[in-house]
Amino acid sequence: MPSTPRRAAVIGGNRIPFARANGRYARASNLDMLTTTLDGLVARHGLAGERLGEVVAGAVLKHSRDFNLTREAVLGSRLAPSTPAYDVQQACGTGLEAAILVANKIALGQIESGVAGGVDTASDAPIAVNEDLRRVLVAINGARTVQQRVKLLAKLRPGQIVPDIPRNSEPRTGLSMGEHAAITAKEWGVSREAQDELAAASHRNLAAAYERGFLDDLVTPYLGLTRDDNLRPDSSVEKLAKLKPVFGTQFGDDATMTAGNSTPLTDGAALALLGSDEWAAAHKLPVLAHFVDAETAAVDYVHGRDGLLTAPVYAVPRLLERNGLTLQDFDFYEIHEAFASTVLATLKAWEDVEFAKDRLGLDAPLGPIDRSRLNVTGSSLAAGHPFAATGGRIVATLAKLLHEKGTGEGGRKARGLISICAAGGQGVVAILEAA
Amino acid sequence: MSTDRFRDLSNTALAGRLGVPRVPLLRRYEPGQPLLPGPALVTSVGAGRFAKPIAALVEESGQQVLDAVGEQKLAAVVVDLTAATTLDDLAAARAILTPAVRKLAPSGRLLLLGPDPAEASAGARVEAAATAQALDGLVRTIAKELRAGATANLLVVAAEAPPAAVDSAVRFFLSARSAYVDGQVVRVGVPVGSPRDPGAMDSPTLPEKPLAGRVAVVTGAARGIGAAIADTLARDGATLVVVDIPAAGENLAKVANRTGGTALQLDITAADAPERLIAHLTQRHGRLDLLVHNAGITRDKLLANMDPDRWKAVLDVNLRAQLRITEALLAEGTLLQDGSRIVCVSSQSGIGGNRGQANYVASKAGIIGMVRALAPVVAEKGVTINAVAPGFIETEMTATMPLGTREAGRRVNSLRQGGLPVDVAETIGWLGQAESGGVNGQVVRVCGQSMLGA
Repeated sequence: MPSTPRRAAVIGGNRIPFARANGRYARASNLDMLTTTLDGLVARHGLAGERLGEVVAGAVLKHSRDFNLTREAVLGSRLAPSTPAYDVQQACGTGLEAAILVANKIALGQIESGVAGGVDTASDAPIAVNEDLRRVLVAINGARTVQQRVKLLAKLRPGQIVPDIPRNSEPRTGLSMGEHAAITAKEWGVSREAQDELAAASHRNLAAAYERGFLDDLVTPYLGLTRDDNLRPDSSVEKLAKLKPVFGTQFGDDATMTAGNSTPLTDGAALALLGSDEWAAAHKLPVLAHFVDAETAAVDYVHGRDGLLTAPVYAVPRLLERNGLTLQDFDFYEIHEAFASTVLATLKAWEDVEFAKDRLGLDAPLGPIDRSRLNVTGSSLAAGHPFAATGGRIVATLAKLLHEKGTGEGGRKARGLISICAAGGQGVVAILEAA
Repeated sequence: MSTDRFRDLSNTALAGRLGVPRVPLLRRYEPGQPLLPGPALVTSVGAGRFAKPIAALVEESGQQVLDAVGEQKLAAVVVDLTAATTLDDLAAARAILTPAVRKLAPSGRLLLLGPDPAEASAGARVEAAATAQALDGLVRTIAKELRAGATANLLVVAAEAPPAAVDSAVRFFLSARSAYVDGQVVRVGVPVGSPRDPGAMDSPTLPEKPLAGRVAVVTGAARGIGAAIADTLARDGATLVVVDIPAAGENLAKVANRTGGTALQLDITAADAPERLIAHLTQRHGRLDLLVHNAGITRDKLLANMDPDRWKAVLDVNLRAQLRITEALLAEGTLLQDGSRIVCVSSQSGIGGNRGQANYVASKAGIIGMVRALAPVVAEKGVTINAVAPGFIETEMTATMPLGTREAGRRVNSLRQGGLPVDVAETIGWLGQAESGGVNGQVVRVCGQSMLGA
């Protein structure tokens, strides 16, 4: 085992086009989508029959039958069945957290190759039985005599038929993610115009990326869908301005968040292929980028002053300090667009002098970024955001962007920052560098 | 793929009693199958230099070789006529062939080897030229007269070609791999490039894996004939890079995974397509032993109604992309090596024309012109380039044709049926072997000796 950890290589990726919920993938399960995405990755890299170090993925919305989702996907794929797999789940941070786990094992020499990512369906979501009914059924199952069973059956009531449908809300606040984001947007004074501009840019950038063939080796069509169906290449600030606010409507005229500048519920899966440089060379595969470092943070959005989706604001300064970098030392910024306002509030927080002193404990704010380097091939507002799939999408995309760019200012290797906010007040961030 | 119900019905006892013409079930290749299912007659007229090595080749495959027609049914008849120069020689050939064709078994193989009429003409050897040309007509006639799935083909062999030059062609035409290749005349010259694949130098040539160690690119591989080509080349041992447009990626991934190859989603008409293909090959393999230009589209309209978009789309995919990619690979200079092969998929419409397909036909005829022009150029690098021209092949595309058109297309050939995608694939696999260097600049029809464009 090497004494100094080596850096894991990002070799490539694959995702299926993301589909708006209850649309093209309405009948596809998480297992279907993850298996197909894995097979597409195998096909792209010629890995049929290979044993990989491990496959790590997860889903946020998960049926109880999917307890071993990733391993089942491996068994259904063309990878060698001797490839181990496990599930992780960290809300929208799942995909990136999976990549961190795989990269760390590669860095430590514990594995030579691995696949990381995730899948989610908002269409084929699990629906549980009513908690009251569940208790009765569990008791019936445990009953030993017919009399006991009959007695328990008598406890069934019509009201127990009402199912338990999963909600997109925080268990501790009862507020939806959008409502939380709207509060943060108000606090930071993020304007409607700025949000619509960011959303339009996301659509424009993703459409341009498709046009120039950038996604040819990142996406494999699925169920007849060849591009993300949330993508509106003709989206514009003017069109977006016509939409009515849907979150933060309690702020009246100050409500800014619409269906256009918030991500829709989406179905899809995305994976990234990682490995050691040696493994990549032995398989004649390209090293697009190296995984440099990662950091996670969490905030107390329940009782504290922080917003639900603001944890990356804290994670990034810690990551920068550990690596001796400033926020301006990057050629690409991949900031997950849960909501346009989330991205903009994050950028404002990093520019704010008082926030830097009071909350981040820094002498000076991180400062502004060059906005032309932000989400240059689009992000979740255009592509959609199947929760656990977003990390895999971003890791593969950024690695390819870095590979294309090669070097940054002063001839140093091109560098990229990933920032993903997640439910539960968490944030996962990472740095990649061109190989 | 459409199914040929008439063929199935024609093989029933009732159909036989009613006198319905029988549509033969063709013997097709399966791994492990011997070269021939029965004995072969191998003989020559005059001092042909190929009969002996061919007899040895057949015996080596484990099959009996006869030198005269007897009571036994014959799985193959090979007559070396390369030394035939006179009408008396032709009469001697007739004397051998007349009893031989009577003994030819179902799916039997008749293979003639003859001299090149052009060489005799150039030497002003008039009777020799006439004799050589007579073989051309003779083999086409025998092919039309043979029944029960038997085929007849002619190898025109250059005077300077050494005996081993014809081996891979002989194996192909005798085996079940050539099931739907009938009435064809193929010229074999002095082999171009190494007959052994550099990647498989360390291992003996396995008859089961004639493409072992070879890296092959197949464009348009997501479905139909392209997918069959990928499957067949992989079966014969090739390592595959399958290419198709990004929108066809879902099927392409399946083809790549079942053949153990890699999927490259690429629009071959894109400006940077040759560059991206070269980058992929350089990164992943460092070489290219077999390039199969298969991708093709149709946008049918009568010429009177043809718009520039339909014309451009078809010409860009079917011809311009082949020209650009081949040119770029030749300019690159290291991927195509001594022994590499290029095979382009043309069409019988490209030879005979087809109503409503002016754009398609122009592109497919253009391919033939390209192949002939490039043959001497690539030969300098030890590379060959050939075309296959499929006739009526049973695919998803032909399954959607109107019944009348489909039936007509199927029956107007000597085997009275459509071919299968695998028949085209087998022919490409043969031309793709390092050992097939004697065949260059040729167009091999896979059409069951179709009357169209003949």
